[in-house]
Amino acid sequence: MSPVDGLYRPGDSPVHRLRPQVKIVALAAFTCAIAATPREAVWAFAVYAALIAGLFALARVPFAWVLSRSLVESPFLVLALAFPFMVDGPPVHLWFLHVSEPGLWAGWNLLAKATLGVWAALVLAATTPIAGVLAGLSRLRCPEILLQITAFAIRYAHLTVAEVTQMRLARLARCDDPRFLWQAGALARSLGVVFIRSFERGERVWQAMAARGYTGRLPLDVGPAPASALQWSAALAAPALAGAIAAWTAVIA
Amino acid sequence: MSDLALHIPVNVIDGPTSLVFALLAAVAVGACVLMARRHLDERLVPLAGLATAFIFAAQMLNFPVAAGVSGHLLGGALAAALLGPWLGALCVTVVIVIQALLFADGAVTALGLNVVNMAVIAAFTGYGVILLALKVLPRTRFGLGVAVFAAALVSVVAASAGFVLQFWLGGEEVGQSFGAMAAAILGTHVLVGIGEGVITAGAVTAVAAARPDLVHALRGTPLARTAKESV
Repeated sequence: MSPVDGLYRPGDSPVHRLRPQVKIVALAAFTCAIAATPREAVWAFAVYAALIAGLFALARVPFAWVLSRSLVESPFLVLALAFPFMVDGPPVHLWFLHVSEPGLWAGWNLLAKATLGVWAALVLAATTPIAGVLAGLSRLRCPEILLQITAFAIRYAHLTVAEVTQMRLARLARCDDPRFLWQAGALARSLGVVFIRSFERGERVWQAMAARGYTGRLPLDVGPAPASALQWSAALAAPALAGAIAAWTAVIA
Repeated sequence: MSDLALHIPVNVIDGPTSLVFALLAAVAVGACVLMARRHLDERLVPLAGLATAFIFAAQMLNFPVAAGVSGHLLGGALAAALLGPWLGALCVTVVIVIQALLFADGAVTALGLNVVNMAVIAAFTGYGVILLALKVLPRTRFGLGVAVFAAALVSVVAASAGFVLQFWLGGEEVGQSFGAMAAAILGTHVLVGIGEGVITAGAVTAVAAARPDLVHALRGTPLARTAKESV
């Protein structure tokens, strides 16, 4: 699988079959609900985690894969672990450590919400192909010009990434194996070459498009299918539950 | 080998601040589309698409920092130097959105924050530094390299300063240790910026040697040749 293909895992589960625009809205709503939940409501986060785990099970995404993909947030986990030692406040004893209580809460807050946020985003990424995400965004009235640029970028990223890989192999074959930053000259120059090739290819692509009558907008009608009310209600069930919990905990607290 | 994500995940920054920065990002991206279209008109879509594909590939390229440690480019200054600040910021924005939606890297609710830091702040400070530095430095390969190195370094630190500002506005209350945290974040990013600077300078001078017309920051005039090069 090329690294440009995103994290999509082909499948035919109910989550895969949902229309992409529905899933994008559900992801945004779920993420907002997570962010709005007060950090003291620990049980609410457990419910969110269970909801997301249920969705992963429904989509047949193995949990080990989810954990390995969660590593993208590791720098913020370091920040979360640092909070208990940095923040001022009344100290508490934790085994042999003296840490500040507000700091502990701040760390927990960051840890729980960041992890749940990444997991929710993984549900979308794992079950929606790239073309689906673009179609969904178009359905949600995202500016067409940005979507066209994105579609071009993804289409040609395969080529550009392949070029970079090819050049890396060529360098390795000539025994270039930089270990320190000051040895990275060949790497930087090959990046320059890739840029020139990309830009020239862009001009060629434009000329080919102009020759076929392109005047600034794509004549294709790639309008994605609308989602039924059933689809909307199915997809929004999880965020609605999360939103209700968030509202409940915010009022009670 | 570790690939660090510098994209802000959910809830590091609170809702109101995220919303303000989302609006800022939307306005900035709108302005970028208008300005980029003014230069490129109907060529905008294919050229911006290919340039974005290039930034995407550039970010895949891991470079060694020291034995065993490697990093990848943020690309803000690289995009600005080669494509100009408007188109450059636009391309980095598209990369950030792709990463949030297809790679779960950075939260959807934090898109505005990430776009302001890594695309808008990085591209515009980077471009500003290059233009200023080229006024002082000689327009040679060496002068351009130094200017681009400084631009990349400043752009990475400025982007992290953007995060520090957002954290100050809407992050966790950390009391008196905010100063220490800010210093730690900025300090780490000076190191990241040095790596970014070396690679960016190498790439931009390589383009300037072969196709000076493609380096936006040179504004159409090729570099002066030194005596040794012209022989």
